[in-house]
Amino acid sequence: MTMPFYVAPEQVMKDRAEYAQKGIARGRSLVATVYDGGILMVADNPSRSLHKVSEIYDRIAFAGVGKYNEFDQLRVAGVRHADTKGFAFSREDVDARSLANLYAQFLGQVFTHEMKPLEVEILVAELGVDEGHDQLYHVAYEGTITDEDRFAVLGGETETITARVAEAYVDGWDLDTALRAAVSALAGPDRTLGPEDLEVAVLARTSGRRAFRRLGASELEVRLSEPRRPSKGGRSGSRATAEAGDEGA
Amino acid sequence: MALPLFSPGDDPGPDFAALLRRSDPSVPPVTGIDAVPGAVTVRHGTTVVALRYGDGVVMAGDRRATEGNLIAHRAMEKVFAADRHSVVAIAGAAGPAVQMVRLFQTQLEHYEKVEGVALSLEGKANQLGQMVRENLPMAMQGLVVVPLFAGYDLSRRQGRIFSYDVTGGHYEEADHAATGSGGRDARTTIKLGWHPDLARHDAIELAVRALYEAADEDSATGGPDLVRGIFPMVATVTEEGYETVADTEVAERFGSLVERRGLGSASS
Repeated sequence: MTMPFYVAPEQVMKDRAEYAQKGIARGRSLVATVYDGGILMVADNPSRSLHKVSEIYDRIAFAGVGKYNEFDQLRVAGVRHADTKGFAFSREDVDARSLANLYAQFLGQVFTHEMKPLEVEILVAELGVDEGHDQLYHVAYEGTITDEDRFAVLGGETETITARVAEAYVDGWDLDTALRAAVSALAGPDRTLGPEDLEVAVLARTSGRRAFRRLGASELEVRLSEPRRPSKGGRSGSRATAEAGDEGA
Repeated sequence: MALPLFSPGDDPGPDFAALLRRSDPSVPPVTGIDAVPGAVTVRHGTTVVALRYGDGVVMAGDRRATEGNLIAHRAMEKVFAADRHSVVAIAGAAGPAVQMVRLFQTQLEHYEKVEGVALSLEGKANQLGQMVRENLPMAMQGLVVVPLFAGYDLSRRQGRIFSYDVTGGHYEEADHAATGSGGRDARTTIKLGWHPDLARHDAIELAVRALYEAADEDSATGGPDLVRGIFPMVATVTEEGYETVADTEVAERFGSLVERRGLGSASS
């Protein structure tokens, strides 16, 4: 009879975490941020049909990075949960918090009990009734859930991208400013990302009942190409300019 | 509630009704009241019409619900947005009809979200047909639901109308359709006034007129209620999508109708 080797629980968890982190870091990143009219989600994703950002319910969106089949399975489960709940009760009873908790529980369960953890990091975004009530729930591969009310970065190189977004972030910025900042944060100093490399969607307060809307390549082209304020080109000092501009608008 | 995850063999796909059957038992069943005790009076909804015009389709429905010979509700809505580019109206037993519409709306949106693309207009019409067919046991007990479905077909770039029977059979109508207890009178009115290049306001006026004529002949169809300010519900679907016609505009159309021909002549 062979005895299985003893492996310390710490080591098991460490190995699994490392495995999941590696898988997630291989993929491209995603930035979500609140702006004056809602929530903006920008993904570095050249595919037109395999989406990273999608609609869950009237005011709830889903974003995932990592292994596509794994986060897509979670997305579909989210749509099913939300539609079932909305049908059984009322549309206003569907909220992001309970969905994010379900995701966290599921991811935690898989992380501790299954052979292989899910190599995904997901975001559940909910549009609030007015500015300042938008919520971003960030769920990591092992089920850790954090809520952000300004911005969230998912995927590989999160530290550098987070630093870039944090530097540019201004409370109550408009869509174009936020979009340009998110794109340049994703691209970094050495790359440029054009409309064909991006998947962009918003949850907009002006969109009516279903707040989710994708920004197509042509709209992106316009929004990315013509900065309204010529002085916005330089990254240093962009914060001050944006603030001044918002007051004037 | 737990996260609804399924093994590949048991996955309901984009079918919301199938999902409901597989998931939470606290969710009410979609169909199947097996037996209805003898003499129940249920609310019935009544005349709905749809017609094509240049930019798309107009759908209109009266607002009255009856229980036997009593008026049960004066401001019931029988015209619903099924999704962005289609509209559904109901005639028949109000309870199951409204439930069917709710399921239908959820189904269309559910499919769109899970699959990433909306169903084709014909696909939507088929879906509704299946729901009507599933209601057949209840229809045999007297709880008949007959919807009318219309929408803008984005690939053919035109409005299309589908009518149904109790068995779920659905038939595409060339230009216009009417159903419900006052459907015959409404149909005749539309037939006389319809031509291929109706403008939006003419189409709305014709729909509203058809409902007026139906209400004139059929006690279960409500006409415009000037005392309470209740007017038929009218909606249009064009390339831009579903839009409800404002009450003020419907009232205006009624006004011009009365002015131009004098609706009193209908009493002859």
